[in-house]
Amino acid sequence: MLHRFSTFLAACTVLLILAGSLVTSHDAGLSVPDWPTSYGWNMFTFPPSMWVANIFYEHGHRLIASTVGFLTIVLAVWLWLNEPRRWLRWLGVAALGTVIAQGLLGGLTVLFFLPAAISTAHAGLAEIFFCMTVAIALFTSPGWMTFPATDDARLRRLATTTTVAVFTQILIGATMRHTGAGLAIPDFPWMFGRLVPDHWDAKIAVHFAHRAGALVVTSLVVASAAVVWSRHRLHRALTRPALLLLLLVAVQVTLGAWTVISRRDPWINSVHVVCGALVLTTSLVLTLRTWRAQFAAEARDGLEAVPYTRSSTLRDRRDAGAGLETGPRGARA
Amino acid sequence: MRLRNAWLGILGLTLAAAVAACGGGGGGETAKPADTGAPAAGGGQKVDPATAGDVKGTVTLDGVAPKNEPIKMNADPQCVKFNPTPQFQETYMVGSDGKSLANVFVYVKDGLGNYSYDPPTGTAQIDQHNCRYHPHVFGMRVGQTLEIVNSDMTLHNIHAQPKGNQEFNTGQPIQGMKTTHVFTAKEVMVPFKCDVHGWMNAYVGVLDHPYFGVTDKDGKFDLKGLPPGTYTIEAWHEKLGATTQSVTLGAKESKDVNFTFKAPAPTATN
Repeated sequence: MLHRFSTFLAACTVLLILAGSLVTSHDAGLSVPDWPTSYGWNMFTFPPSMWVANIFYEHGHRLIASTVGFLTIVLAVWLWLNEPRRWLRWLGVAALGTVIAQGLLGGLTVLFFLPAAISTAHAGLAEIFFCMTVAIALFTSPGWMTFPATDDARLRRLATTTTVAVFTQILIGATMRHTGAGLAIPDFPWMFGRLVPDHWDAKIAVHFAHRAGALVVTSLVVASAAVVWSRHRLHRALTRPALLLLLLVAVQVTLGAWTVISRRDPWINSVHVVCGALVLTTSLVLTLRTWRAQFAAEARDGLEAVPYTRSSTLRDRRDAGAGLETGPRGARA
Repeated sequence: MRLRNAWLGILGLTLAAAVAACGGGGGGETAKPADTGAPAAGGGQKVDPATAGDVKGTVTLDGVAPKNEPIKMNADPQCVKFNPTPQFQETYMVGSDGKSLANVFVYVKDGLGNYSYDPPTGTAQIDQHNCRYHPHVFGMRVGQTLEIVNSDMTLHNIHAQPKGNQEFNTGQPIQGMKTTHVFTAKEVMVPFKCDVHGWMNAYVGVLDHPYFGVTDKDGKFDLKGLPPGTYTIEAWHEKLGATTQSVTLGAKESKDVNFTFKAPAPTATN
């Protein structure tokens, strides 16, 4: 039940990210000039008849954000009262703190007329919060407990690098978006008709970095998928996110190109943002699963040493009396 | 420990991107402190009406005016109700001759020296009516009160985006609401926008002297009561930019200064 609830929260966060990206895509961030009130009304009593034009996006974003905040409170309390793993209880608290900080950043960016630094931080923290909700959903899933752990240091490094690269790429994209550089290079796949721009300024540079970052991320995703496919083909817990990652990256690159070609159509642009978040969290799931065995290894410190092999599973080790680990520090209460 | 380091790394990346975005400038130039336009106490000499003259003229467009962008108002039913016919932006407002250009702000940019002027009387006004700003381009004095009115049955926010004055964003959800604002520094031009209705925009020139005007539908302007001297006159258009001319005015003299903007080359969308 807890797993289902945290999955529901993660799904709501996808909706929230879509709503937030629609605000930016429609240039609606200041259509409700006050915060936390809306045109002087309490946010929850602002009459629906006034949700016109761009207010629909901004006010809708605030309401969905409030709902996600409330759900996060429920999740944090639920974890605190029922979850035996101490580190997971604290992850719930951290998620709550993050969503509160995110709400404050959202308010500040309105009150200070959307400064690029705050808006970019708001976009970046949204991704971190989404990662937290997905991680909690993963950690509370039955599969996390029974998943056959794979101790593959190379895949672990590659998957981790991929996740960091995706997050960096999202931050570059957010910087591009909030500094008005989305069409700084107006053509695709060429750049001013060439392979590399023939002139530069700050906006062209950040836009170019985002395109170059797409190549890096795509290469890393393909490499990760290739390693999973060649060395862990029978581990569905690895092959499924790897394949999904490949699919999402293909869709994401297409959406990125379409965003430029469509002259930043608000919906295409916004779906591009959401797809980027899905790429990040899919990569995170793959990464966490590659670290699953490492979590267990750390937990065994002080316990009976059991040989860790690529083919061993948690169940094997539990049967061998190694003591089942359930978190990074083995803190099973 | 590794997890903690990973999270610290992620937070560091977010912070770095935020700092980079800050350095990126947010799509605008760094705001420079503008000169305060208010005359110094006991300031310079008064303009003698007996010797004052005029600068008048016409602003025209050389070439074919591009078509104004169409506006979709269907996101707000009230705006559609006010404007049932197809609507367009007010970027290029040309007269019946196809050349005279309206909504051009013309003003004395330089040469006034150390004159002092009577403080502005009355208030300037901008009205949000039928989901448009009225007027679209206008001028006012530093220290003068600007009255902002919402005459519509829908809600608006008025968002001023100056570089040298204080930015503000005020909501006016109720029909008939009025708010006021005073600009404290001269600035040409201060853009206004409504973030609710993205097509609504206007511009105000804020000056420390009274010699400014906006061209009418025939492209004409008239700067009255100028003391003798040599002046730089600037004509500013929201899309075509600004152009200047120099003029020397004798006592009680009236001179014509005409400006011509080059029409932009047609594009695929025009």
